[in-house]
Amino acid sequence: MSDYNFAYLDEQTKRMIRRAILKGLAIPGYQVPFASREMPMPYGWGTGGVQVSAATLTPDDTLKVIDQGADDTTNAVSIRKFFEKTAKVAVTERTAEATIIQTRHRIPEEDLTEDQILVYQVPIPEPLRFLEPSEVETRKMHALEEYGLMHVKLYEDIARHGEISTAYAYPVKVEDRYVMDPSPIPKFDNPKLEMAGIQLFGAGREQRIYALPPYTRVVSLDFEDHPFERTRAQEDCGLCGAGDSYLDEVIMDDAGARMFVCSDTDYCRARREAGHRGAMAGEGEAFA
Amino acid sequence: MYVAVKGGERAIENAHDWLAEERRGDVSVAELTVAQIREQLALAVNRVMAEGSLYDPDLAALAIKQSRGDLIEAIFLIRAYRTTLPRLGLSEPVDTGAMAVDRRVSATFKDLPGGQVLGPTFDYTHRLLDFALAAEGLEPAAAPEGTPREEPVPHVTEFLDREGLIQPEAESDATPPDLTREPLKLPAGRPLRLQALSRGDEGFVLGMAYSTQRGYGRNHPFVGELRIGKVAVEMEVPELGFAVEIGEVTVTECETVNQFTGSKTEPPQFTRGYGLVFGQTERKAISMALVDRALRWAELGEDNVGAPAQDEEFVLYHSDNIQASGFLEHIKLPHYVDFQSELELIRKLRREAGQATRQEAAE
Repeated sequence: MSDYNFAYLDEQTKRMIRRAILKGLAIPGYQVPFASREMPMPYGWGTGGVQVSAATLTPDDTLKVIDQGADDTTNAVSIRKFFEKTAKVAVTERTAEATIIQTRHRIPEEDLTEDQILVYQVPIPEPLRFLEPSEVETRKMHALEEYGLMHVKLYEDIARHGEISTAYAYPVKVEDRYVMDPSPIPKFDNPKLEMAGIQLFGAGREQRIYALPPYTRVVSLDFEDHPFERTRAQEDCGLCGAGDSYLDEVIMDDAGARMFVCSDTDYCRARREAGHRGAMAGEGEAFA
Repeated sequence: MYVAVKGGERAIENAHDWLAEERRGDVSVAELTVAQIREQLALAVNRVMAEGSLYDPDLAALAIKQSRGDLIEAIFLIRAYRTTLPRLGLSEPVDTGAMAVDRRVSATFKDLPGGQVLGPTFDYTHRLLDFALAAEGLEPAAAPEGTPREEPVPHVTEFLDREGLIQPEAESDATPPDLTREPLKLPAGRPLRLQALSRGDEGFVLGMAYSTQRGYGRNHPFVGELRIGKVAVEMEVPELGFAVEIGEVTVTECETVNQFTGSKTEPPQFTRGYGLVFGQTERKAISMALVDRALRWAELGEDNVGAPAQDEEFVLYHSDNIQASGFLEHIKLPHYVDFQSELELIRKLRREAGQATRQEAAE
């Protein structure tokens, strides 16, 4: 066992995954069962996304991998190295240069184009799972378009807290048909689900693939009198000064001093290279 | 001043180097060989083969060495390797009736054709630490040898079957489904359930089986028969047009005989639970048979009493330790984006709750 096939998976398996992807694209938001394989990284580490990326990659592609918006988080590094080794594709940290972007928990700040594919790692693909634990039941609910339970849950949130208390993995309705889990992205990212690029969602352990074709209508669930609200920390990025990006909160010292920085490391880098400076960026400091 | 966290790549490489060093341990102690693990930790090897769904003692032993003895990690290594192997074809069903038994016991008949064969079992050992084992170089005395029985050892359930006392199993020539090649669909059907149980986590299947004994879906099992030994694996080679033996595997088979007083659809008769697992793995095989029987409530017209072991979806979705440990342990990966959005939400809710309280106090 010295040589693995291009992008690790054998061609039969890739064909099976591509069929699931095509079916997913044909029925936006529908969860297509697929015979997920055991990958050489654990379930929960992005095996679904890795399989989708493996089935989508061609030798000419340029791959970017992010986790929490960042290219340098350990698991993003690990997955990027996996494809560098098994597919020998070019890799990049620049959003605009990538043809395929595998992500966990974020959508890049920069708008994607029609030539790009965004691959999501999905832990629990079923948006109704925490309302109904049985897969047999939830599949039936999707088939019958029976989403009352979800609306009751959102209503109860409002009754108890005055607002919908879901901050990430905020459910959406796709093309007025399927309720879909956008994976655990912060709800700040939800409006970006309507985009020019293809979006593919892979859940390895749960054996499901689903997809959003370009320009698909994706509506975050809400009520007329309680419309969907996009939230982020009310700060500017300490490094690049951005006031429109999603921010991570970083604790600086034992006294609890903190700063806010872009979670999208490439977006932040590009802004700083363009001369933007946040309140906490030192003069002429190098951010290598 | 905040310094962006870089160097994930170096951290990973260094961690791997440290792990390799820890795996080896003190270098003044001789290194374990794969052959030593295969021969002397055979039951660990068996478990890894059973739950890894790959019969290869050498690879299983290598996986145990590489995983530092973490058997679930070893099973994972085997699974990840197995999934890359091409499928050359399907074997004929193994004939456990023709098994060369090392061990064969029945709890339902005192004596029976083929006899009770204890074999290499812990059953009647006293669990006293054997300090003599701590001294190396003491070879055990050779065990006495008997003459192996020439004729095949018949299955106990065949005797009950002849009298019509036990529920007959439907025969089928259909190729059983394979959950490693197809996504799990429910209802799963018995062949798929048995596959899932056979490769399921020993601890999980044991716990489920135990729960039926304690009353959560009780089904009164007797071990009709437990047998361990080698069976021939045969495969039909297209060029030849008939099946030829391509090797042998050691398996453990357990058939339980379960009391059954009849239901709306079935007359009073004994019923069966079935367990078949790679290697000498009898705790697992017995557990599997009990859970199999519990899951058969619907086909036997029994009541669903809501016991966990009766719930096919619950059992099948949670029996796989590679899926379970992966998802469980993934929560140690970074979640700071999600957590940040929760932080914002909690702060907002607290602010609003605080305002409401102050307003009430003012009124």
